[in-house]
Amino acid sequence: MSERHDAMSDRMARTLGWASLALGAAQLAAPRAVARISGVDDSPAARATIPLVGLRELLHAVALLGGQPAMGLWTRLAGDSADLTSLAGAMSGRTGWRRRRVVAVAGAVIAITAVDAYAAMRIRRSREQGHGKAEQWARGVMGLHAAITVKRPRPEVYRFWHDFENFPRFMVHVKSVRTSEDLSHWKVRGPMGKTVEWDAETVEDHRDELIAWCSAKSSFVPNGGSVHFTDAPGGRGTEVRVNLRYHVPGGKAGSVIARLLGEHPEQQVRDDLRRFKQVMETGEVVRSEGRSEGTRALRQALERRAQPVA
Amino acid sequence: MKANCWMGRNTVEVREVPDPKILNSRDAIVRITSTAICGSDLHLYDGYVPTMKKGDILGHEFMGEVVDVGPAVSNLRIGDRVVVPFPIACGNCTACDHDMYSLCENSNPNAGLAEKFMGHSPAGIFGYSHMLGGYPGGQAEYARVPFADVGPIKIENGLPDEKVLFLSDILPTGWMGAEMCDITPGDVIAVWGAGPVGQFAIASAYLMGAERVIAIDRFPYRLRIAERVGAETLNYEEVDVQDALLDITAGRGPDACIDAVGMEAHYGNPAVYAYDRTKQAARVETDRPYALREAIMACRNGGTVSVIGVYAGFLEKFPMGSLMNRSLTLKSGQCHVQRYLKPLLQRIKNGDIDPSFVITHRLPLQDAPRGYDLFKNKTDDCNKVILSA
Repeated sequence: MSERHDAMSDRMARTLGWASLALGAAQLAAPRAVARISGVDDSPAARATIPLVGLRELLHAVALLGGQPAMGLWTRLAGDSADLTSLAGAMSGRTGWRRRRVVAVAGAVIAITAVDAYAAMRIRRSREQGHGKAEQWARGVMGLHAAITVKRPRPEVYRFWHDFENFPRFMVHVKSVRTSEDLSHWKVRGPMGKTVEWDAETVEDHRDELIAWCSAKSSFVPNGGSVHFTDAPGGRGTEVRVNLRYHVPGGKAGSVIARLLGEHPEQQVRDDLRRFKQVMETGEVVRSEGRSEGTRALRQALERRAQPVA
Repeated sequence: MKANCWMGRNTVEVREVPDPKILNSRDAIVRITSTAICGSDLHLYDGYVPTMKKGDILGHEFMGEVVDVGPAVSNLRIGDRVVVPFPIACGNCTACDHDMYSLCENSNPNAGLAEKFMGHSPAGIFGYSHMLGGYPGGQAEYARVPFADVGPIKIENGLPDEKVLFLSDILPTGWMGAEMCDITPGDVIAVWGAGPVGQFAIASAYLMGAERVIAIDRFPYRLRIAERVGAETLNYEEVDVQDALLDITAGRGPDACIDAVGMEAHYGNPAVYAYDRTKQAARVETDRPYALREAIMACRNGGTVSVIGVYAGFLEKFPMGSLMNRSLTLKSGQCHVQRYLKPLLQRIKNGDIDPSFVITHRLPLQDAPRGYDLFKNKTDDCNKVILSA
């Protein structure tokens, strides 16, 4: 999936949007002229229909130019088939120059239909190849990315992360990690207090640079991740970039249910990284009385008042 | 213990709450001897700062005696007398390393929430909303002080609470307001807001060598205190501020302008005031920026506008054209208190400044609700309330 492919689809959609706008404007502003060119100026019904068709074209234009190209293309296709049906009707009742004009217009509409269909397929394909979070969600794969700068030397930051058993110190969802060689066993708090467990394998390990891991095939929640360490410029410490991906059980529905239960994965990863920074820089996770433990998205509702805990 | 709790708009109550406990190894517990109500507490009281919860303990200006320390605190001992800075700062991160303590990267456990409002998170602050950490404040008998090895400054016996309490916030805040003006000999400085922070900004500007300082307010009793520290005064309900400043500076405009008012400014023209007040009530804009608008318009070409009054969110009709075309410099920030503690304590000891001149009301902690009411409604010429536990 290349960026260029995607840009091309967008450009096609925009061009078709402008075409819809021009045609719609003409049909609304000069319905008689349009009727004459199309060879249907002898029918009062056709003359009455043309401004309505113009209005429809403007709606396509709104969708195509307003950031909903897929919707605009599919409504255009629907419009094309309606137009072809009415043009077929117009052909049967006419002879002479009028019939020739109707045939010419029908030919043009068939060509336009082909272009619309190609553009619609193209947009659809580019979406399926993984562009757009929504589409990824629909297939149940969540990808998360977060980054933070830690004011400690790179080898120290790498070493701390390299010991997965440290994770529960800053990842509030992780109950425990036990490691032996390249294998690790994870226990993680899931929604509704359920504990999820899996085995993971370290698949890449470049000293001071990169660690990547992946869960075993049998996992209930297949997941993997990587963390990259680079020097921040000008002695500002170490830049830590984390990528995580996991299959959510139940696909999109599962993700939505998890969110309703107060899980907000992007926020969780950012908060975990912030706690990682706190541990590295200050020695421990910084606590306040009001901050409830846990990373529920409904934190505001669950946050305690700012009073000492009894 | 007893603590003054925020119970909703315009309501505070002194309630019985649990005593604080050490939560982190660098914590200390302080038995509070003196605490104060800050003008910025009124923004919470008036309900303009988001993410407050019923029951939150207020207060960020406090001092007292250390009664417990965590295992990692080696510089403080039980019995030490300390003043506590209002921003909580770790001393380890890049911001602290650059003396930008109110931007500490580690002290706000709710940084994610602050990021949603402001893009990035500033430091945590005692008793100042959940967006800024959800820390209980210091209008109480005891408080837990995180990073006690970095923030609190020890005070020797002999200096009374009243002389050193304001090191916690308003004295360094006023000082930083003047410092951001980069004052050079001959400078005329205009200060919007002659409350305690404005009064300290005036005193600081003179200590830094300002030629003339002009105080702008509408309460005669505040302007009288400003006069006592040397300011010339303008009551904006009686004179046109722009005209008066043009006259005082012979058309140049003040070399620097300090906004010591912030988000709940008032305005001489009732129609204009009603317009912004309505939008603020409807939350179309969160802040009423008259003082800031006026400060920008008044400042001389190439001058500096220094903002120490608190703003919370968004404002309208910001005169960006004036700022940009006239090469103005806008500086701002919550005070980096830790940076100023030692030099200002020295100035207090030298007798350069005695901050206790701002105090008009001394109440027991129990009377905090009355203190808020007096301070908010400016009754009984209330300039500054201190509470003792």
